[in-house]
Amino acid sequence: MNLVLDALAWLLDSANWDGRGGIGARILEHLGFSAAVVAAACAIGIPAGVAIGHSGRGRSLVIVLTSGARALPTLGLLTILGLALGIGLDAPFLALLVLALPPVLAGAYAGVESVARETVGASRAIGMTEWQLVRGVELPLAAPVLLGGVRSAALQVISTATLAAYVADTGLGRPLFEGLKTQRYDMMLGASLLVALLALVVELGFQLVQSAAARRAEPHRAPSGARERISA
Amino acid sequence: MIRTTTRRAAIALAAVGTASAVLVGCASADPLAADESTAPSSGGDGTTLVVGSQDYYSSEIIAELYAQALEDAGYTIDRQLRIGQREVYVPEIESGAIDLFPEYTGPLLQYWSPDPEERLTDEVYDALVEAAPEGITILDQAEATDQDSYVVTRAFADQYGLETVADLASVDVPLTMGANSEAESRPNGPQGLASVYGIEVGFTPIEDGGGPLTIRALQDGDIQLAIVYTADPTIAQNDLVVLEDTEGLFLASHVVPVASDRVDEAAQEVVNGVTAALSSDALIELNRRSVEQQSPAADIARAWLEEEGLVG
Repeated sequence: MNLVLDALAWLLDSANWDGRGGIGARILEHLGFSAAVVAAACAIGIPAGVAIGHSGRGRSLVIVLTSGARALPTLGLLTILGLALGIGLDAPFLALLVLALPPVLAGAYAGVESVARETVGASRAIGMTEWQLVRGVELPLAAPVLLGGVRSAALQVISTATLAAYVADTGLGRPLFEGLKTQRYDMMLGASLLVALLALVVELGFQLVQSAAARRAEPHRAPSGARERISA
Repeated sequence: MIRTTTRRAAIALAAVGTASAVLVGCASADPLAADESTAPSSGGDGTTLVVGSQDYYSSEIIAELYAQALEDAGYTIDRQLRIGQREVYVPEIESGAIDLFPEYTGPLLQYWSPDPEERLTDEVYDALVEAAPEGITILDQAEATDQDSYVVTRAFADQYGLETVADLASVDVPLTMGANSEAESRPNGPQGLASVYGIEVGFTPIEDGGGPLTIRALQDGDIQLAIVYTADPTIAQNDLVVLEDTEGLFLASHVVPVASDRVDEAAQEVVNGVTAALSSDALIELNRRSVEQQSPAADIARAWLEEEGLVG
């Protein structure tokens, strides 16, 4: 219990918040780096996933890729990439991208694929082009599931981005590692609590966006029903 | 409900019973304590010596050197290797449960007398002999050290003519030090370098303790200065240059055997013989055989003792 109090004291000490290596700067670094990784994962994963879901081609490839990539230990990958690319942000960026891509890809592909075939057929029947079909029908209907994938990726990236401090002077991993090595457990626990808090806040934000998307995708369903659908 | 409560009570009682049994056991019999009445008695002059080592591959090799040299001289050795960290094993040495242990001068001095003023080789050794509790003998220290050091690449050292840490003052490009994150706030990092040598450097954390990522960063020029252990074979493998620490920024840390009263003079002679042969290069070579060839400590020790003519 004392340890938790010490950690809170560390968090509340304004001296720890200022400056280049202060908590405030670390939080911004952590969020910025995580956002960049998730954005890159979306830039690759969403178009690829939608294309696969729409065309139905390459499904088995996605399943193999996503389940395989999830089994990769991120720290091991980071070390290998670090040896190849040197220290700095490149190696952790790529290592986290490998972590974030599978859920984004899977969410996009599963979302588009789950759109009812009748709906797709009806859209074609009224003369929509493939592009109109994807943009106007499939994407909005797939949005809740797709966002679920992004949300899962963001959560994993924020909690794992502490590893970036293994080879770079960045993020909330810095106080975590330093606390571990110098037996400053208040610092270590304080940084861990912050990471957990960030993850929760981002999770909540995604939940709001996701339920908005669900209301839009299925306006006739009761809100509670929509929520069940998302969490399934 | 009643049954669950009864079962819980039974489990709780059993747990208390076990715990007290363990506590009583701890109080009455220390498994490592030398029990004079039952200790096996054999060997050259009827003594069994307990040799210990840290949970560190290099320490284990050195302990094997002592053990095998003593066995060759007719002593019976009980090996208690890879015991753990200093907080665990030093009380065992103090209690007489361990007779011989390879240690490092500076860190051991810090254990017995925190924040020592002594930094350099000989003064640290003298202070250590002084600080050792009754019943513990500090034998000769070896030339070999295992301590933090600042290393640079050969090319960088040649370019600026670097031999000592103080020479870094003549480098006209910004310097960045790479090391584990704790170095940033510890005296062996940039702060110590600034206060002892008046040299300002930047800092980049690399959490592999002077491992391959650190070496790679040095070679890439991402960092110019890294903290690596002096006995680490990686220094020779990558042709790195250790900058001499003339001001004692790093606490001198020579290999030194710590002995109990049961280590008689003849045995001390044997151990001192091993120490005399344990040069810096020798320790690096021993470590290299462990790291590169993954040989067991006992085999490495045997081969080296034979090469040095210390066993016959």
